[in-house]
Amino acid sequence: MRGVTIFARPQAKWIGVALIALALIGLPFALASAGTAWVRIANLAILFVFLSLGLNIVVGFAGLLDLGYIAFYAVGAYAYALLASPHFNLHLPFWIILPIGALVACLFGVLLGAPTLKLRGDYLAIVTLGFGEIVRIFLNNLSQPVNITNGPQGISRIDPFRFGSFSFSQSESLLGLVFSGPIKYYYMLLALLLLAIVVNLRLQHSRIGRAWEAVREDEIAARAMGINTTRIKLLAFAMGATFGGIAGGMFAAIQGFISPESFVLVESVMVLSMVVLGGMGNIWGVVLGAVLLSFVPELLRYTVEPLQQSLFGRSIIEPEVIRMLLFGLALVLMMLYRPAGLLPSAVRKRELAQTKGAAA
Amino acid sequence: MDIFLQQIINGLTLGSVYAIVALGYTMVYGIIQLINFAHGEVVMIGAMVAFSVITALAGTALPPLVIVIAGILAAIPACMFVGYAMERIAYRPLRGAPRLAPLITAIGISIILQHVALLAWSRNPLAFPQIIPLASFEVGGAIITGVQIAIILTSVLMMGGLTLLVYRTKLGIAMRATSQNPQIAGLMGIDIDRIIAFTFIVGAALGAVAGVMVGTYYGIAHYSMGSLLGLKAFSAAVLGGIGNLAGAMLGGILLGVVEALAAGYIGDLTNNVFGSNYQDVFAFLVLIAVLVFRPSGLLGERVGDRA
Repeated sequence: MRGVTIFARPQAKWIGVALIALALIGLPFALASAGTAWVRIANLAILFVFLSLGLNIVVGFAGLLDLGYIAFYAVGAYAYALLASPHFNLHLPFWIILPIGALVACLFGVLLGAPTLKLRGDYLAIVTLGFGEIVRIFLNNLSQPVNITNGPQGISRIDPFRFGSFSFSQSESLLGLVFSGPIKYYYMLLALLLLAIVVNLRLQHSRIGRAWEAVREDEIAARAMGINTTRIKLLAFAMGATFGGIAGGMFAAIQGFISPESFVLVESVMVLSMVVLGGMGNIWGVVLGAVLLSFVPELLRYTVEPLQQSLFGRSIIEPEVIRMLLFGLALVLMMLYRPAGLLPSAVRKRELAQTKGAAA
Repeated sequence: MDIFLQQIINGLTLGSVYAIVALGYTMVYGIIQLINFAHGEVVMIGAMVAFSVITALAGTALPPLVIVIAGILAAIPACMFVGYAMERIAYRPLRGAPRLAPLITAIGISIILQHVALLAWSRNPLAFPQIIPLASFEVGGAIITGVQIAIILTSVLMMGGLTLLVYRTKLGIAMRATSQNPQIAGLMGIDIDRIIAFTFIVGAALGAVAGVMVGTYYGIAHYSMGSLLGLKAFSAAVLGGIGNLAGAMLGGILLGVVEALAAGYIGDLTNNVFGSNYQDVFAFLVLIAVLVFRPSGLLGERVGDRA
C-alpha cells in the first residue's frame, strides 16, 4: 500500500496483510456466534463497500457529483429479480444474469451521462438526483397496464445463487463447521470484493485513472492535453453504474426480495456519505467509510435500545431516529472539522490545506 | 377541455407555492452559490409550528382568520431562527471550502431537521382543524376555492414585497451587490456576513408562509413533507434561472401549471399507460429538459463572479 511508512521492514507489511486476511476469513464464524443476523449485516456491509467503490469512481476519481447513484443498484437488482424469480417464471443461472444486470446498469449509466456532460457541478447533482427519483418512481408504478415490476409490492422469492445442486441459501456442514447460507454468500462477496478492489486500484493507476484525475482537477486543461473529456466522463458513469449493477444483482439474490423502498434517495445519500466521510478518491478510505457507516448504526441499535430500556423503562427515541440524527450530525461535523474524510486522498488533503491556509 | 381550466387553477395555486419556496433557494444560491437542501425542511417546520398553534387556538372563540394569522405569525420567527442558525453554525465556516463540503452539510442539516421534527411532532401527520368555512366559486366551469384564492393572493403579495425589498431599498442594494461580487461589496462598506444572514432569514420567512399555505391546501402536515416540495421548488428555481428572482417566480408558476396539466391529461394522452401517479416525474423531466437545452434557465441565471 502506498504511503504506509510505519513498517521498517517490508516483510512486516505482509505479516499485517496475512493477519487481516485471517481475520476476514474467520469473521463470519465469530459473527455467527452472536447471531446469523450479524453475518447478514456483514454481507450488506460488503455490498455497500461495492457501491461505495462504484460511486468513488464517479465522485472521487472523476469528480462528477452523483446524488442518484442508487438507481443503478436498483436496475441491477430488478434485472436479476426479473430473470430469476417466479414473477416472469424465468430462472436463468446467476452467472448469466449478473453480467446482464451489469450491462443494463452500464447502459443506464451512459443514458444518464450523455445529456448531462456539460452541466456544472451543482446542476449535475440535482439532475442525477432527479434521475434517481425518476427510476424509483417508474419502478414503483410499472405495474399497470403491463405488470413489469410489480409496483410497490416488489418481487419476492428471488432465486439464490445455485451451482447445480449446491445452493447458496442452504446450510451445510463441512469439517465440523456449519456454513449457513449467509456465510457462504459472505465468502463469495469477499472474493468478488477483492476482485473489485484490485480492478479499482488498477483503474486508478492507469491512463484512464489519470485522465479522470485530470478532468476532475481542471477540465479545460485536460481537454487541452488531448483527453476526450466526453468519453472519459461517460466511461466514469458507465463504470460506476456497472459496479452498482453487479452489487444490485447480488443484493437481490441474497435478500430474496426487493421493492422500490430499498432504493430511495436516502440510500443514495448514504452511499455518497460513505464515500465522502471515508475519504473521497482514496479506495481504502472509501472501504473504511462504507464499513463504518454500515456497522455503527447496527451496533447502535443493539446497544441503545437496551440502554434506554434500562434507564427509562421504555424507548424514548426509536433507534432508527437516533441513527439518522447521528448520521446527519456526523455529516455536518465531518464537513466542518475534517472535510477530506477519515483517510483522505493525497490530492484532497493538499487542496483543503491550501484553502484553509488561504482563508486563515 | 373540461378540466383544462380547473387544472390551470390548481396549477396556479401549486405554482404560487413553488414560486415562494423557489425564491428562498434562488436567493441563497445567488448570494453564496450554495444549494440549501435544508430549505424544504424549513418550510416543513413552518407548517408544523403553524398547525400546532392553530390547533391549540382552534377551541377558543377567536375568529378563524385571526387564528390562521396567529399561526403564521408564530411560524415566521421559528423559521427565521432555524434559517439563521443554519447559516451561522453550518454554512458560514464553510464559505471558502470546495463546493462539495457545504452541499454535504446541507444534506446533513436536512436530515437532522427532519428527524428533530419527527421527535417533536411524532410520525403522525398533523391535521388542519376545520375552522375555515369552505367557500368556493364557479368560474367558467371550474371551481376555485377560497383557500386557493387566498394562496394565490398571498403569494403575489409576498413576491411583490420581496421585489420591493430587493430593488427599492438600501438593504436590497446591499443584497444585490453581495451576490454580484462579495469582496467588492465588502470593500464598499457592506457587512457581508450580516447580509448573507439576512438573506437566509428572509428566505426562511417566505418558506414559513409557504409551509402554512401548503399545509392549508392539503389539510395535513407531516415531518417528511419538505423534501419533495423542496426538490421541486429548486427545480423551479433552476427552470427560471438560478439567482434570478423573477426567474424563480416564473419557474415556480410554470412548473405548477405544467405539473397540474400533466396530471390531468397524462392518462388520456398515453391511453392510461401512464397515470397521474407519475406526476412527480414531470418536475424532474422538465428540469432535465431545461438543463439540456437551456442550461442557464428561461430568464438567464444571475450568479456572481467567484474569485
